[in-house]
Amino acid sequence: MEVFSNRIEESPAGGPGFFNPWIPHTAEVIGKRREALGVHTLRLRLRDEGVRRSYRFRSGQFNMLYVFGVGEVPISIVSDPDESGVLDHTIRIVGKVSAALVSLKKGDTVGLRGPYGSSWPLEEAVGKDVLIVTGGLGCAPVISVINYVANRRDRYGNLKIFHGVKTPKDLLYRARFHAWQKHPDTEVYLTVDHPDLEWKYNVGVVTNLFREVRIYAQRSVVMMCGPEIMMHHAVRDLLAQGLAEDRIYLSLERNMKCAVGFCGHCQFGPAFICKDGPVLRYDRIKEWFGTSEI
Amino acid sequence: MKILDRNSVDLFFDALKRQGFALVGPTIPDSAIVYDEIGSSADLPVGWTDEQDGGTYRLKKRDDEALFGYVVGPQSWKKFLHPPSLRLWTAHREGKGFKIIPEQDDPPKLAYIGVRSCELHAIAIQDKVFIGGPFLDSSYGLRRENVFIVAVNCGQAGGTCFCVSMKTGPKATAGFDLALTEIIEPGRHYFTVETGTGRGEEVLRDLPYTEATEADPATVERIVEKTVSQMGRTLDTTDIKNLLYQNLEHPRWDQVATRCLSCANCTMVCPTCFCSTVEDVTDLSGEHAERWRKWDSCFTSDFSFVHGGTVRPSVKSRYRQWMTHKLATWIDQFGTSGCVGCGRCITWCPVAIDITEEVRAIRETKK
Repeated sequence: MEVFSNRIEESPAGGPGFFNPWIPHTAEVIGKRREALGVHTLRLRLRDEGVRRSYRFRSGQFNMLYVFGVGEVPISIVSDPDESGVLDHTIRIVGKVSAALVSLKKGDTVGLRGPYGSSWPLEEAVGKDVLIVTGGLGCAPVISVINYVANRRDRYGNLKIFHGVKTPKDLLYRARFHAWQKHPDTEVYLTVDHPDLEWKYNVGVVTNLFREVRIYAQRSVVMMCGPEIMMHHAVRDLLAQGLAEDRIYLSLERNMKCAVGFCGHCQFGPAFICKDGPVLRYDRIKEWFGTSEI
Repeated sequence: MKILDRNSVDLFFDALKRQGFALVGPTIPDSAIVYDEIGSSADLPVGWTDEQDGGTYRLKKRDDEALFGYVVGPQSWKKFLHPPSLRLWTAHREGKGFKIIPEQDDPPKLAYIGVRSCELHAIAIQDKVFIGGPFLDSSYGLRRENVFIVAVNCGQAGGTCFCVSMKTGPKATAGFDLALTEIIEPGRHYFTVETGTGRGEEVLRDLPYTEATEADPATVERIVEKTVSQMGRTLDTTDIKNLLYQNLEHPRWDQVATRCLSCANCTMVCPTCFCSTVEDVTDLSGEHAERWRKWDSCFTSDFSFVHGGTVRPSVKSRYRQWMTHKLATWIDQFGTSGCVGCGRCITWCPVAIDITEEVRAIRETKK
């Protein structure tokens, strides 16, 4: 047992009492864009100027967004961290809070606290090839990293985006994938499990693509987000291609109530997804990743 | 070490009150020891003890007038430090937006009377969770700051106790303002008092204490040794983190799941379990909203719900989460075990599941 302490050290926020991490700021909805059926991007601006000025986030982090009287959910930030003053959140309707969020209109108010969690390894990846592997519908956390790298092509090597969905109608952001494809030294690979007659890209699970594309394991960093079963297979196949375990990063999702490590809901083995994640390096979670019902 | 006579206990309580503390300690409202407000020593469970075993708790009359002659009840001090239900903030509509008003949290100054060594360790563990990391839980911090702790060394162990295995007792060694040992001899009923802080010493100053004799520390040691010998349970903690990390798929989890009711009792009575959920409420006008924090348990299916379903649908996975967290992942998270060996989860399990037995079963047939 460690040393006991009856006294409490000064709060980092200083002053009398304690900084209370449960209290949201308020933010105004200043824009809203429909991405796909049931998927919208809200552009938010913190109302308090001082808070707005001091607010900084890194790609991969998230905010807790609160709708008056309805509830609060974690939503990843998809805008560029260097774009000051605005925060974009792409939200898919999956429950009552996300439905309430996307029903908000320009000028409405949300509660916002954050940013929370770990971020994508964008410093470590400088000069290296960036492989993005995403799947299913929930790829918002990688949108920000793709944008980040796509807008700074000179800082990174080749950018490959692998995206797999079940059917062509599940493919969100079709226009964005086309736009990214046009960036220099950027390749986009789309695949579906079940094609329709119009589908002109790949067919099969996303991991099939790894065999058809030249991957330089020694100079690549992988960032992935999507269904855990997809990531499980993707990790396995990338390791087989020579990727190092400490070059693979995953963004995970769990139930979250507090985002600051108090509520216990988001535990994934020893990790709290809210503060150790959502972005976790594979070698640090490999004993847990793939274990059923963890 | 000082000596305080049984008859001076109420003077001691009065001295704490004069310092501005309200007293909370053991009482017997409903055939169980519960921690609640006390006015004087008459409110304590005078002459009562408890018998505990898996799924069993009974109060029993002692043949003396001991004030602290019981072990631990279903409650722990977390009910004061981490209240079961707490309003975090309120919000009011204002024009097109709303304004959030933080809860004006002004907890009373409390003196905890009769804190056991395992409970001191439990408080230290929750300190790490709520005020030991990058974020500080202000409601916990404000309550914790105000506490005056009167520890009492255990004069007997219960049937489900295993603090010796967890190295958390039975003697209070730190984390208290004052620590008492109750000694009852023919014709004499008194307490030895050790001071842990300057505050403790100050409270003691005005009381009619006497200095301890050379024999008193030895008497305390003898009482502690007797308690050590009475431990109802043992838990072998050797390399326990790796033992559980390497046995996530052990068949014992399926076996315990056939008995576990997923009722969450173990998490409610556990003095270190800290999980909570939040509830958002509004009034009928829709103009006012509140956010409340309430205790939650990893044994519910809602606990791990993400859109599309629950991550841990099976009882097996929930029991594994609870026990593996308590005894193993907690070590990675907070540098300490999450278990203090108080035995509450064993006593208050309606089907008498025994964490020490579950660990033993896995250890004996480990991978």
